[in-house]
Amino acid sequence: MSRLVIEAGKAERHYWADIWKYRELFFFLSWRDILVRYKQTVIGVLWSLLRPVLTTIVFVFIFSRLARMPSQGVPYPILVFSAMLPWQFFASALTEASNSLVENANMISKIYFPRLVMPASAAIVALVDFLISLVILAVMMAVYQVVPTWRLLAMIPLTGIAFLAALGTGLWLAALNVEYRDFRYIVPFIMQFGLYVSPVGFSSSVVPEQWRLLYSMNPMVGVIDGFRWAITGASSSFYWPGFLVSLGLVFLITAGGVWYFRKTERAFADVI
Amino acid sequence: MSDIAIKIEGLGKKYLLRHQQQGRSRYKSLRDVLTQKAKSLASLGRRNHQPSGTREEFWALKDISFEIRQGEAIGIIGRNGAGKSTLLKLLSRITEPTTGRFEVEGRVASLLEVGTGFHPELTGRENIFLNGAILGMSGAEIRKKFDEIVTFAEVEKFLDTPVKHYSSGMYMRLAFAVAAHLEPEILVVDEVLAVGDAAFQKKCLGKMKQVSTRGRTVLFVSHNMGAITSLCQNAYWLEGGRLTSSGPAREVVALYLAGNADTQTRKTYLANLRRAGDYGNRLAITHVEWLTELPLQHGEKFAARIHFRTSENIDDVTMGLGFSALDGTRLLTYETDFENGHRPDLKGGVEGFVDVAVSELPLAPGLYSMDVGSRSGDNYGLDYVSGFCRIEITMGPKTPGYIVRQGAGVRLASKWTWGAESPKPKNALI
Repeated sequence: MSRLVIEAGKAERHYWADIWKYRELFFFLSWRDILVRYKQTVIGVLWSLLRPVLTTIVFVFIFSRLARMPSQGVPYPILVFSAMLPWQFFASALTEASNSLVENANMISKIYFPRLVMPASAAIVALVDFLISLVILAVMMAVYQVVPTWRLLAMIPLTGIAFLAALGTGLWLAALNVEYRDFRYIVPFIMQFGLYVSPVGFSSSVVPEQWRLLYSMNPMVGVIDGFRWAITGASSSFYWPGFLVSLGLVFLITAGGVWYFRKTERAFADVI
Repeated sequence: MSDIAIKIEGLGKKYLLRHQQQGRSRYKSLRDVLTQKAKSLASLGRRNHQPSGTREEFWALKDISFEIRQGEAIGIIGRNGAGKSTLLKLLSRITEPTTGRFEVEGRVASLLEVGTGFHPELTGRENIFLNGAILGMSGAEIRKKFDEIVTFAEVEKFLDTPVKHYSSGMYMRLAFAVAAHLEPEILVVDEVLAVGDAAFQKKCLGKMKQVSTRGRTVLFVSHNMGAITSLCQNAYWLEGGRLTSSGPAREVVALYLAGNADTQTRKTYLANLRRAGDYGNRLAITHVEWLTELPLQHGEKFAARIHFRTSENIDDVTMGLGFSALDGTRLLTYETDFENGHRPDLKGGVEGFVDVAVSELPLAPGLYSMDVGSRSGDNYGLDYVSGFCRIEITMGPKTPGYIVRQGAGVRLASKWTWGAESPKPKNALI
């Protein structure tokens, strides 16, 4: 039989073991969110297809037709969509994760589980949308006759990084959301702002060389550049320094997110 | 601690109460924090730091120490706000203690609410799996128990219907069924039996009894003293966050109830008491007044007056006063139409009263819960308040001692005849 000792003010020793023990809950919660998401709206699946496509059309029009941004020989719709894919994934994973605690307030005040399970399982839902969007990508690549290369495999670790970035930021926001209820108004703003400062509608090669490294302080820059490189197989060479900066930042944000989340987690049930 | 399931030492939980201004939400907002920071920054030079007197410490639980043996069923009783739920929340690890420590031997499952995590859009089948996982069951465990859960909940036909279409009864049954099939070593249960109809409550109680007889440790919070005494061997009484008394459940419950009787109140006003249903406002019972000395005495006379107010003309009115056991089971009813079925028609817009006089109160000494009600004709309820007060009935001059020891319910006059069957008639029995 397992013995459990809880002492006031002492950090829990078995936290990470506990998370492993609760992995099944993690799967069930993701499963629930996915089921609900695709049940609630009749156009559930359609919606997840429509959103990135519509945004892509608008972006192509604005950045290619009006602003006449360079595309390095890649069809502009592919250029935009290959960035829209990770961005959309990041944005919805982040939004889901940051709202997850407040939305499940009832569970948190009635049941014990490592709270980290909640934002993580919520973020997973975005993965399903992402996978569906991949189908659109395939169609677009066929239409524009972009030949896939082995580089496509790089999307797997890149998706992992995007997920980590979303989860790391999501942990911060989720915990802050519990503490300060008006924080959730900030999240859509971050998303909107982020969409324009990230190289979604344009190639990051338009950023002047001396600013490139600084630009990579946006953790999504590395991921988006990576996706473009993997999908278009374009002449665009991979900008390693920027990628490494982005990557380092992602890990920093995630570590910080976990730290802050763990610190505030014990009081969640009291303030939620 | 070989046979100790839970060992609690000096456990305490402190909350900070924030007295917020009117109109503010109960949550902290970033806006408020920022404006406050800005204010204090502005007044930094002037040195008039306002002590933030809006915060107050509140110990929901203080200095609780006790041990629970394995296989023991424990009842935790106390008034609202006594710290019962906080204790359960600590033991189920939902919140962390401020002081003290506790040790738990074995897997704990806590049931602080029935149906936590149920999603209305999901079907019964999906919710069983989800809720099971939330309560700590593994997928394999749920699959194994699935049929049993469905049978217990009696929802076979609706398994693939979203639970938002369920009746509230079905919903509760399903939710409890999942929880009832948990097999932890320690089960922590908050007032979950307060929901559902009587038959369902009985079923739940039976299931819990079964759990506790299987050698599992059960911690049970309830306001239902009948459930506590029938389910638990021992009870702990919390008052103001502290342990007041503990011991065999029957004794602690008796002590608790004795401390809670409204023995001094001669008039009970009912305007703010909850009605069990919607009776409209044609007639309202405003207050009940005892016309004889309190406490009432077994075997003696008593009289009471029921005050009421009408808003329109009502035909065939009956008033009644009921004595119930503390679990709500009615034991004794007095009604105005008992003699010759007289049911007056009342005019609207009047305030009136009706007196009841009983020459011999037949209820055994003890604590009872009082009900009062009124109806028009046979079926039309006008007002009904169950448990509007608790009343103590004490021994009267005519009360035999054995009644006090054993309880006798209602003891009424009756005619008995003795006879002998063997040896055959010639020998008299007496």
